[in-house]
Amino acid sequence: MKKASLIMMIGPLFLLGLFAFPLWNIMLGAPQYPEPLGMNIHIDGIRDMNEFDLQNIDGLNHYIGMKTLPKPEDMWEFGTFPLVIGGMVALGVLIGLLGFMGKVSYKWFMGWFVLMSVLGILGMYDFNEWMVDYGTNLDPHAIMKLANPDGTPMTYKPPLFGHAKMLNFDVTSLPSTGAWMMFTGMMFTVFAFFVGWKSQKSE
Amino acid sequence: MKKYNYFITALIASVLLLAGCGNQNGNGGSNSALASNNAEKVYVAPGEQDEFYAFLSGGYSGNLTVYGLPSGRMFKEIPVFSQFPTSGYGYSEETKPMLNTSFGFVPWDDAHHPDISQTNGELDGRWIFINGNNTPRIARISLSTFETEEIIEIPNSAGNHSSSFITENTEYVVAGTRFSVPVPQRDMPINEYKGNFKGALSFISVAPDNGRLNLEFQVMMPGFNYDLSHPGRGKSHGWFFFTTYNTEEANSLMEVNSSQNDKDFIAAVNWKIIEEYVKNGGGKKMPANYAHNVYSDETHTGTTTMKKEVLTVDPLEVPGAVFFLPTPKSPHGCDVDPSGQYIIGNGKLSADLTVHSFDKMIAAIEGKKFDGEAYGIPILKFEDVLAGTVKSGGLGPLHTEFDGEGNAYTTFFISSEVVKWKLGTWEVIDRKPTFYSVGHLMIPGGNSRKPFGKYVVAMNKITKDRYLPTGPEMEHSAQIYDISGEKMELIYDFPTHGEPHYAAGCPAELLAPKSKKIYRLDENKHEFATLTPDKARVERIGNEVHIYMSTIRSHFTPDNIEGIKVGDKVYFHITNHEQDFDVPHGFSIIGQNTSELLIMPGQTKTSIWEPKKVGVWPFYCTDFCSALHQEMQGYVRVSPASSNIELSWSLGD
Repeated sequence: MKKASLIMMIGPLFLLGLFAFPLWNIMLGAPQYPEPLGMNIHIDGIRDMNEFDLQNIDGLNHYIGMKTLPKPEDMWEFGTFPLVIGGMVALGVLIGLLGFMGKVSYKWFMGWFVLMSVLGILGMYDFNEWMVDYGTNLDPHAIMKLANPDGTPMTYKPPLFGHAKMLNFDVTSLPSTGAWMMFTGMMFTVFAFFVGWKSQKSE
Repeated sequence: MKKYNYFITALIASVLLLAGCGNQNGNGGSNSALASNNAEKVYVAPGEQDEFYAFLSGGYSGNLTVYGLPSGRMFKEIPVFSQFPTSGYGYSEETKPMLNTSFGFVPWDDAHHPDISQTNGELDGRWIFINGNNTPRIARISLSTFETEEIIEIPNSAGNHSSSFITENTEYVVAGTRFSVPVPQRDMPINEYKGNFKGALSFISVAPDNGRLNLEFQVMMPGFNYDLSHPGRGKSHGWFFFTTYNTEEANSLMEVNSSQNDKDFIAAVNWKIIEEYVKNGGGKKMPANYAHNVYSDETHTGTTTMKKEVLTVDPLEVPGAVFFLPTPKSPHGCDVDPSGQYIIGNGKLSADLTVHSFDKMIAAIEGKKFDGEAYGIPILKFEDVLAGTVKSGGLGPLHTEFDGEGNAYTTFFISSEVVKWKLGTWEVIDRKPTFYSVGHLMIPGGNSRKPFGKYVVAMNKITKDRYLPTGPEMEHSAQIYDISGEKMELIYDFPTHGEPHYAAGCPAELLAPKSKKIYRLDENKHEFATLTPDKARVERIGNEVHIYMSTIRSHFTPDNIEGIKVGDKVYFHITNHEQDFDVPHGFSIIGQNTSELLIMPGQTKTSIWEPKKVGVWPFYCTDFCSALHQEMQGYVRVSPASSNIELSWSLGD
């Protein structure tokens, strides 16, 4: 159980990577952008992949009537997410510590994992909602109003995961370092649960 | 019958002989395997990039052109000494000062010899320098912006030809005069040239941090013609070598009268000794008047300072500073091998090359083995300094470059060929024709301690039938040879722009990674910049109107302007707000008496417009910037001089 608790203490610390590394990355390449434009989505805001990328994405998007990318102060999520992640790290380490001292059972480890997963899915849902709004809530006075072959107005929601062709742009959206670290940390807690469960059985 | 057979045999033989000569024009067309092999060597596939940068001087275009090797594709023309309406260089208010001289605004020059900055004798890719031959000037061009940053005029000089060669740590860029002149200039009979004219050799220091040029001193030499020069390197670092012709000091019908002496000189100048002499207070200050023009890529503006004094050095007052090396037949090119041991004098009226030995020269100086003097300057004995003679069988050697493998490559103007020979043994290894009458040649780094001996580019003076004819005036031709093997191989032929004299090349990776993509708007310190669109405005000061305008895809802010009157002097100060690579905006307005402006991202440029007619006049973006480029336009309302319409400006209402 001591070993399991140690693993449980280490796992949540991986989530601290989200404060340094982006959660998600979206790249936009086009014939005239052989070096693609890119945005990194951090838990506290959207940043340039290379300097001036956001400015240039906004500049291009104005043709099709998309809003400019949100600044940290424009979305409550960028204030809240760091608090939630910070809280979950503290909670996870605390659970590990209490497990180490024998105050809580290994089942709490799974409890933390489930809570984190639910929060993660909610976060993804919220992120997707924003992308839908960003890609479909277009300025009616847009310079270029394009229609799909079936006559419906064309929209520009970036993919949540994977690749999509949008006009002249190839858009690729994938989890980034921060997300992978979060995933690793969460796997640690599941592992801690199993180690705890096994040590219980052997006793 | 027997006779008849002889005749047939002779006929067949001569046909075979002719066929054998069929490849003399070097196009390789009759041997398709060879031709396709050569095609592969120069083929840079779409999307791929060249291995080397090549900077070819523009000669009478006054500019510098940038090419890729081995493809021969031209990337850019960098305006230096000539007005360039394509970008507005020399027309915009910011760049007009770059062409100021003591003779006023001189919008043209003859640009000859580019040289890339060096550290420890190796190319470092910070700057490239080039000389203006006609109104003596030296320019420094940034190799991150590829723009002219500085031009300094050279006083007491005329025909600034043995220039702009740099010492091996870029301590100095050196500029010698081809035409000797009275110093100071004065009204005197031309035929009193002999003994009275002077030849100034100018040493211009280069500040290591920002490249700033300063004319440190001029060595006032006898009135010969200082034709070309190159620095010593390695063991001969600290010396500079200049070829001379017209040691006869003729002043008329020079083609005959200055070709009478069997030998002219290579002047060996120990600039380290002179530098020391000057540091200790030596030399004589004389009044002068010359322009120093500096461009800042923060203010995006050039400024002119007139300098009023120059330090001159009489070589006779500095013992051990200058010696003459007799060199046959009006030597032209003066080239130093990568080790610094050999100084090659290309005797342009002979078949041979004269190679002097630096070690022998030092020994002769130390042994004081002099063969008389010229105007008090010791002349060394020809035999004492001679390392060897290259008997080439060619005619009219001009210039030599090196491959770093112990071989030298010399151009022969009259016999129109490049000859490869071996340093030390002086044996000729190979020769290949050029098309036609080659001047300079260039191996990337070929005049440094570390050449990149893969290609040589031969730059020719005569084009004739090489390309589709374009009337009497044609661009000059250049050829690329693969020199990686024992024998040279002609692999490509391409037209150049202007008249390239010398060129300089370097590996692409030295420059490509640091080539600037944009100017940062947040570093723009232009006096008339419009840093945010809400600062766009129009101001009147008497009859001067200043329009502070910004651009971004795809509109001008403002794009409707009223209240301008006939007789106003309207300044369009335009700031490009793009911060995206390769998105310039242009600006032009009907009836503009200058050129358009081409404004790079983050840059501010100014054009003056003096409306002469009442009306509503359009302006527009000249660079196809986006899908809505055609819509990037605006109007200026011009009212009669007596009108009292207030200034107003707007966008989008």
